[in-house]
Amino acid sequence: MRATLSKARKIRNLRDGYAFISLWLFGFFSLTFIPLLFSFYLSFTDYDLLTPPVWSGLNNFVTMFTKDPRYWKSVFATFYYAIAAVPLRLVVALAVAMILNTDRKGVSVYRALYYAPSIVGSSVAVAVMWRQYFGTEGILNVLLNVIGIPSNISWTGDPRFAIWTLILLAAWQFGSPMLVFLSGLKQIPNELYESASIDGASGLRKFVKITLPLLSPVILFNLVMQMIHGIIVFTPALIITGGQPLDTTNFYALYLYRRGFENFQMGYASGMAWVLLVVIALFTMVIFKTSSNWVFYETGKGR
Amino acid sequence: MASATSPLRKKLNTFLFHFLVSAFAFIMIYPILWLAASSFKPAGEIWTRVLSLIPVEPTLVNYVNGWQGFGGLTFGVFFKNSIIVSVLETLFVIISSTIVAYGFARIEFPGKKIWFSCMMATLMLPVQIKIIPQYIFFGYLKWINTFLPLIVPKLFGEAFYIFMLMQFIRGIPRELDEAAEMDGCSRLYTFAHILLPLLKPPMFTAAIFSFYWSWGDFLTQLIYLNNPKLYTLSVALRSFADPGGMTDWGAIFAMSFLSLLPVLVLFVSFQRYLTQGIASTGLKG
Repeated sequence: MRATLSKARKIRNLRDGYAFISLWLFGFFSLTFIPLLFSFYLSFTDYDLLTPPVWSGLNNFVTMFTKDPRYWKSVFATFYYAIAAVPLRLVVALAVAMILNTDRKGVSVYRALYYAPSIVGSSVAVAVMWRQYFGTEGILNVLLNVIGIPSNISWTGDPRFAIWTLILLAAWQFGSPMLVFLSGLKQIPNELYESASIDGASGLRKFVKITLPLLSPVILFNLVMQMIHGIIVFTPALIITGGQPLDTTNFYALYLYRRGFENFQMGYASGMAWVLLVVIALFTMVIFKTSSNWVFYETGKGR
Repeated sequence: MASATSPLRKKLNTFLFHFLVSAFAFIMIYPILWLAASSFKPAGEIWTRVLSLIPVEPTLVNYVNGWQGFGGLTFGVFFKNSIIVSVLETLFVIISSTIVAYGFARIEFPGKKIWFSCMMATLMLPVQIKIIPQYIFFGYLKWINTFLPLIVPKLFGEAFYIFMLMQFIRGIPRELDEAAEMDGCSRLYTFAHILLPLLKPPMFTAAIFSFYWSWGDFLTQLIYLNNPKLYTLSVALRSFADPGGMTDWGAIFAMSFLSLLPVLVLFVSFQRYLTQGIASTGLKG
């Protein structure tokens, strides 16, 4: 009796389960999985949207890796940006989170103020403003002149500095990793710090021995997500610098967009997208594989 | 060492904390305040009294000029388009994601693990990889220059919201659904009448997230909307502030600030929901 009941139940679960996830399942196949395969095929063709795709073998990849200096320049710019912006953002986020991790009055107001830039930061409106902020007549030059350093360069138009205006914009939006760090910090039991204080541990020692290890899973999560976001940054580069000067901010996503939707080289752009996917997958894998060396999981310590 | 806890020392510490933290906060939101202030400055003032946050002669002329838009289309059109797209996207993605989240969180069925892993993997998938084949596909359906490519995909749920809602559903005691099942309720009934009422708060949080991401989205809107009549605010602002075009910075700042206003208001009203949402999905990831 019991067995038949559970069998009926199993069938019902099967039917209900797939009924509930069917929406997602349909979307996954029609808008993600099949498009992915199609884009894989396209990356071996020349396709301009008007005439049917023409098979070109590995030609796109050969061009990409050996004959297109702009490609490598965009790879370099993207890594430069991500490697500068992501750690900067995370360090500021962690520092501010630690300062705000108190019971003092007004903390929730500060938290909201620090988070506000993340709310608007990736919009076109802020990008438009940022361009003026660092323009010839912008805030930075005015400030420099006030403190006695004459300056009238366009920071977004100078190949030495343009990428840094974008890195600064990214660092400015430290709000969401800050919130994640804050809730992580709240879960560290206070007794740990108290007993460390009794043992005479310094603030730095407490940070290295208690805060960092206990926060490491959160840091790992933030690192992966922020790295991916850093690698696919698009809006600020298009609006603020347009990929200029001298292609120093021609980030990967921007270059891919231009190849695909301005030059209509859909095959080449698909190839670029697949390389991007592989790089992100490898990157994530490396971070997770090495994480066992530096991420501390409480449950893994024989509890 | 006794002075370390003296009341005076404590007060000084508190004062220092508030002074430094609010000074840094001011620097952080200064750009937003600057944008707002500049939008109320007359043309002569914007680049002459650059640092000032208080216009000497506040004016609405920038808003009047900016609202005229371009190509015979006012910003009213772009606002309307942004509202249509954001509201429909949000409505669809929240309804579909809630249904899917229930399936993943509460029903044990063969294949669930694989599909769940597939779903989580899509979280890491860059938009760039899907955008070309999807563009070709929607082009084939003659959907370019309509809102459909933006709205229809939302009918099938999105991993971020599904995961967020699942986290919440897992926190609801299972006995609740089991009791309903014992009483002979169908799954659909249990979902609609027992769980759905409890899911209102996280659905609301998810809706705020969705609205503000749709509102700020740029890449997909840029690709699918080439007809100025269909421009959303993001796309319109880009054309409006084109470096080769006009240089009425007052008008550009006014429309930029106006486009941020809905998300800022939403943020000020519901910041608790947003901050909790980020904390909960972030940690469990």
